Amino acid sequence: MLEGEDGMSGHEGVLVFSEKYDLMLEMHGKGREIADKLQTSLAAVLIGSNVHGKTDELIKYGADKVYLADNQALEHFQIEAYLSVLHNLATSYKPEIILIGSTRNGKPLAARLATRLEAGCVPDCNRLSVDEKRGLVGERITYGGNAAAKIAWKTKPQIATVPARAFEKPEPKDRSGQVIRLDVKVEESRTEIVETKPLETSAVRIEDADVIISCGRGLGKKEDRALLNELATVLCGQVGCSRPLAEDRKWFPEWVGLSGHKVKPKLYIACGISGVIQHVAGIRDAKVIVAINKDEQAPIFEVADYGVVGNLYEILPALKEALKNQLG
Amino acid sequence: MKRIIVCLKQAVDVSQLKVDPATRQLLIASAPRKMSDFDKNALEEAIRIKEKLGDVEILTLTVTSEDAKAVLREALAMGADKAYVVNDVSFKDVDTSGTAYILAEAIKKIGEYSLVLCGETSLDSFSGLVGSRLAELLNLPQMSSVRKVSVEGDTVIAERTLEDAVETVKAKMPALITVTREINQPRIPSLMMIMKASKKEIVTWTVADLDVQRDRLGSKIEVVEVLAPKTERKKIKITGENVQKIAEKLARALIEEGVVGR
Repeated sequence: MLEGEDGMSGHEGVLVFSEKYDLMLEMHGKGREIADKLQTSLAAVLIGSNVHGKTDELIKYGADKVYLADNQALEHFQIEAYLSVLHNLATSYKPEIILIGSTRNGKPLAARLATRLEAGCVPDCNRLSVDEKRGLVGERITYGGNAAAKIAWKTKPQIATVPARAFEKPEPKDRSGQVIRLDVKVEESRTEIVETKPLETSAVRIEDADVIISCGRGLGKKEDRALLNELATVLCGQVGCSRPLAEDRKWFPEWVGLSGHKVKPKLYIACGISGVIQHVAGIRDAKVIVAINKDEQAPIFEVADYGVVGNLYEILPALKEALKNQLG
Repeated sequence: MKRIIVCLKQAVDVSQLKVDPATRQLLIASAPRKMSDFDKNALEEAIRIKEKLGDVEILTLTVTSEDAKAVLREALAMGADKAYVVNDVSFKDVDTSGTAYILAEAIKKIGEYSLVLCGETSLDSFSGLVGSRLAELLNLPQMSSVRKVSVEGDTVIAERTLEDAVETVKAKMPALITVTREINQPRIPSLMMIMKASKKEIVTWTVADLDVQRDRLGSKIEVVEVLAPKTERKKIKITGENVQKIAEKLARALIEEGVVGR
């Protein structure tokens, strides 16, 4: 495709990388799909110290090739070091597409790789497809959740970042592939890690929940979270909130929304959440959305499958009982 | 500690952005503009560093194709010492690669500095690439997603918020930092500060004032479409004579959808 056009020729293959191993496995599903459509190969980049044992698994998840940079200097993510590995790889093997996990380390990495390669980068693609005419097209949320933008690339390599949970982790299969050890001169980092402290987050990530019961400003006091917790227990779900409850009232460490966690549960129950566009942008991929709100005019009802106008303090306990009875 | 350069974007105020319901097009031209929130946090942090250390000059730098006077005046009123703007109609179609390149060339022209501060991302396009691209072009040590900064001598120490950890890092200056919104609460300038700021200087450059190769300004991406998302929700209102009846109906609907239970 597009062979011979300015700056677009001579590149081949799809490359995936994330310093978060689980996200990298997820990216193998989409990466495989794109590679198959373009009739090319999928390669994974595995960077770290003492990580060589994982190459077989990456092949099972869909990689044809695994580029392995296993070096003590790569034990912790440091941008210059990881960048030197990817840049080296990109200039010697010339992949057509590079997908990088959209984490707080991965995004700067992608941006700097794109700059070093004088390439375009489309961040936070929650959809990726191959278009006959344009080749790879990424879709991302923009303008504070007001819009979805479809973006293509004018040059190669085409670099995109992919958020966690945007794509399904594929089923591992019995397949074979090639492992290529990289002998890279690791660029020394000019920032020094002084300390790393785990964040005080819930043990289970909200992105992984099938059911999320979320509250907004309609919740009167912090202790009333118990109402949501009780329903969450019945549904084996998790409790979340909108931004004001985390940022302004500090009742929760984190929130659901464009600037917080973007989630795609089977069921999202929004209680006392008005439904500003930034919040809605974080839940647009939920399968079913339920809204409970006192205000009949609340915009959340416009984006909900089921709406209940009423008091969450009455409805949540009643819903819990009804579900308990009906689920047996 | 000499100078802090804060990169400020004039962004579309997304909270006041309207959508044409018939075409799902965004009415961007008519939407008001404002200083991008994250950049305002970066500016506030620069001012706090200055308040602590004293001998610091704060310069702001904006790349735009529009009139940005109001945003620059606001920055000066908050506490910036001088505002630079590179204003050129040809910037209308630049992407993050071109924006970072212009910023880099403008910073080279400004000269010496100790820190470059940027917002982690921008309010409107929400790409979050420009700060990192700029660090690469200026060949600076970079600290991204920073929620706390302190300066000790020629070293900057920063706390980064990662997905599952807080990482404390340090680097020798000059360095580039991108900040999150949790780093501070930006001040609202008083009338007195606004009056004082009217005497401060705004330096306006065009692309001709910079050592810029025009062919490097070309966008590397093609925006195919930007449309308001379709809402394909059922929008079923559940009503009933009492709360129990409503809850029973809702529970039944959720079980039928197959989203609860085993």
